Amino acid sequence: MTTPPKSNGPIIAVDGLSVGFRSRAGAWLPVLRDITLSVGAGESIGLVGESGSGKSTLALAMMGYLKTGLHVLGGRVDFSGIDMFAQDRQSLEKVRGGRLALIPQNSGQSLAPNLRVGAQIGEALRLHSALPEARHAARVLDLLNQVRLPDPASIARRYPHELSGGQQQRVAIAMALAGEPEALLLDEPTTGLDVTTQAHILELLRDLARETGMAMVYVSHDLGAIARVCDRVAVMYAGEVVLEGTAAQVLRDPSHPYARGLLASIPKLSDVCLPRALDGRPPPPGGAGDGCAFVARCAIATERCMVDRPDLSRLADGAKTRCHLPQQVRSIPLSGERNAQQRQLPAELSLSLGDLAISYARPGFFDRLTGRDTTKVATVEGIDIVLRQGETLGLVGESGSGKSTILKSIAGLLPPLHGQIALRGQDDLPPRVEDRSAKHLRDVQLIFQNPDESLNPRQTIAQILAQPLKLYFGLSGQALIARTTALLAQVRLGAHYLDRLPSQLSGGEKQRIAVARAFAAQPELVLCDEITSALDVSVQAAVLELLDDLRRENGTSYIFVSHDLAVVKALSDRVAVLYQGRLCEIGPTVDVYGPTAHPYTEVLLGAVLEPDPDFVPSLSASDVVELSPPARGCPFQRRCPKRLGAICDQTAPPPKTFAAGHTIWCHRDDLAAPQLS
Amino acid sequence: MAVTSTYRRAGPVQRFWGVIKDICSRPSGAIGLALVFAHIALALIGPFIVPYEYTAMNAAQMLSQPSAAHWLGTDHLGRDTLTRTLLGGREAILVTGIATPLAVLWGGLVGVFFGLVGGRVDDVLMRIVDAFLSLPWILKMLVLIVTFGTGIEVLIPTLAFFYGIPVIRIARAATHDVVARDFVQAARARGHGRFTIIWQELLPNVRDALLVEGAMRWSWMLLAFSSLSFLGFGVSPPTPDWGLMIADARGFMSFSPWGVIAPMIGLSSLIIGINLSADALAKALGIDRAQKAPV
Repeated sequence: MTTPPKSNGPIIAVDGLSVGFRSRAGAWLPVLRDITLSVGAGESIGLVGESGSGKSTLALAMMGYLKTGLHVLGGRVDFSGIDMFAQDRQSLEKVRGGRLALIPQNSGQSLAPNLRVGAQIGEALRLHSALPEARHAARVLDLLNQVRLPDPASIARRYPHELSGGQQQRVAIAMALAGEPEALLLDEPTTGLDVTTQAHILELLRDLARETGMAMVYVSHDLGAIARVCDRVAVMYAGEVVLEGTAAQVLRDPSHPYARGLLASIPKLSDVCLPRALDGRPPPPGGAGDGCAFVARCAIATERCMVDRPDLSRLADGAKTRCHLPQQVRSIPLSGERNAQQRQLPAELSLSLGDLAISYARPGFFDRLTGRDTTKVATVEGIDIVLRQGETLGLVGESGSGKSTILKSIAGLLPPLHGQIALRGQDDLPPRVEDRSAKHLRDVQLIFQNPDESLNPRQTIAQILAQPLKLYFGLSGQALIARTTALLAQVRLGAHYLDRLPSQLSGGEKQRIAVARAFAAQPELVLCDEITSALDVSVQAAVLELLDDLRRENGTSYIFVSHDLAVVKALSDRVAVLYQGRLCEIGPTVDVYGPTAHPYTEVLLGAVLEPDPDFVPSLSASDVVELSPPARGCPFQRRCPKRLGAICDQTAPPPKTFAAGHTIWCHRDDLAAPQLS
Repeated sequence: MAVTSTYRRAGPVQRFWGVIKDICSRPSGAIGLALVFAHIALALIGPFIVPYEYTAMNAAQMLSQPSAAHWLGTDHLGRDTLTRTLLGGREAILVTGIATPLAVLWGGLVGVFFGLVGGRVDDVLMRIVDAFLSLPWILKMLVLIVTFGTGIEVLIPTLAFFYGIPVIRIARAATHDVVARDFVQAARARGHGRFTIIWQELLPNVRDALLVEGAMRWSWMLLAFSSLSFLGFGVSPPTPDWGLMIADARGFMSFSPWGVIAPMIGLSSLIIGINLSADALAKALGIDRAQKAPV
């Protein structure tokens, strides 16, 4: 199985590579600047950076591929002695997919939807393997087994849409392995997967690298994932490698200001504080000027950094950094300092949900004729939650756990089957948004995940912000302009943004506008649906800070939905854990993240990755995706690592209260045990 | 008032000139737009530059070949072909120029509304649209024209009505693309009324698709109008019209071809001009027609 390396030299050698495009004015603008990097046999190297840093462009350049419009401005890329940019198409095709394979971010889109998975892997074998045709079928099963898919024979006969996201990613890895590659390029392979699935895929990649001796280039914005699979890490900023070293050197105590800022902006489970935001944004291609590209955002920049571009110089410990002041760098802190939980909360209620049940199933024509009940197993059921004024409730769970569904119901976009939604304890909200009074509508505001989708691309920021102001307060003229300007100031943006279109703003600025639009209504309750998951980590930290400021100023309550447990921990006063639309656990943040936990919470917490090379996630349950909740018993019965037996399948678990307000729905009695020891 | 003056910078006027500049920067767009403007200019000033009266007959020179006096010869009544060709587009441009915006307007509004409402109302409407589209257009037109008579006051509403029906489908499909997006959900959650959502959220996003569709409809409507004239249901003699001229001259095509060729060039140059402009407009607005299935 092992492919012996051809020589002792590096498998991929990038030497002084610069890549750029020509602007409308005719100038060459670099996207990659002077990159020198080598990947040895069996080595795995991580490329980290924010969006636009050039990490994907570099990975694709290693395949000899550039997106249309990009040109090599200098330097070269060698793959085991082959100059990749000097090859014609045919010789490139021999290398790509066979000796050098790529695993893309969204394999659901790179698999052909009309071919069975087995046939697609078979095609990869036909193109890139020397194996005789007769043995292909057996090899396909072999490969599926190697990526640890259960029951390979049945998987091979399925179409891509019959597989879950994690399984699709495994199939993509199996296809890449078909040609027994010497090197594997992975472009954000676990982004968009659930935490548990991501942890399992990363374990698989680690093991594969060890078994086959492949070199790996792992592109990701997620330092936790990088820490788990990579020996060496290169941090990229504005098209340059700014720091390169072993995983420990880069992730523990990095000697570049950008890497330190990036590390501080990541919310970690071990932190009690909000992450520290990294202000500003990277320069556009060609906008870096003569000095250091990071100078505008650097806390320790001097006169020299403005005019003199630092070289990638080797430090005493062997790491390479592109900084003039590697000694002073240590003064930049690696974690935040603001504690989001230290607030006095009033006792008044903000929102109460009583026995809420929601179903997407709508009775069909015949069901209505025969009066058959099609809503036996509701998507979401038995949600009893009370939220105090100014409190932040985090909703966590894997995709399909009903988090966003509950928010839609509260906002009136999806009427529940039954149950009660009440504001301030007694003010019942009508289930449909059309029936709600202006006061109700104003009180509940919703912020969406992706600001590109939630802001109308044809409206200026002034028009976007004016909508709630006109609708709820009837503002116009001078008062309207004054209020929109004040709103922009609240989200730390200047008045010059008013006449811009959303496409002229960065991702973080767009999300700030979405936040400002919600706060324009002066709401009682703001529903945040994964609002930071489409943003870069440094921007995410800034949005979290903003949300914290706004709730301190306005006393607003939040329901904060996220799949990222560390983000939820940083901001929430209380946390509710959902599985298959049922509550598993709810309680104060410290208790839910504490030792007494529902088995599902334990599974989730175990899969969270920390940006630390020595951190080992504990994977106690399979990452199988369930499409519908079981009809009876505990919702988590099929995946639970601590299953008791028949009682879990038959009886819905009773709520058990541990500390004040900390409730767990589980049959087990020994959940509290670790707390005593 | 520094703040209000900045609103104007990204305003619609700016965008309009930006799009025009973009169209002109493409060779096909520049040619197309030049052809369309030449035709419109000719329609406006034609009567003042033609060498003869379009009704002036010359019995001594029927069906004559091109000469110094008659550059494109004469027709079977001895009328100057050049004069009649230069004036032959006026009726067509006037009728279709009014009917096209009307068609796009009513078809677009109906389509956007039902795209937003959806459900059973939408289903029923679409079946009615299908029923209309399944009939040959010329049959539908002739029924109305025979009932109400020819003339601009009948032709404009008739063309606008029938050419608005396919626009409903385009507008509805474009609306479906937009309705599913979060900003429409956000507007619903805020509690905006249906018409505010159509006006502020949907129309600005559907407008571009409708503009391009309208440009294409214009060229099809010109063909339809000329066909009606050719059949004798459009413009009545002696008013010059390309369709009518082709109908009159086709009997003498073998020995006097200019009587057919000249109006053909007139009609096709306008249609080609419109089509080229429409394609360039689509590219300037970022809608690539080539990627969309024809409806």
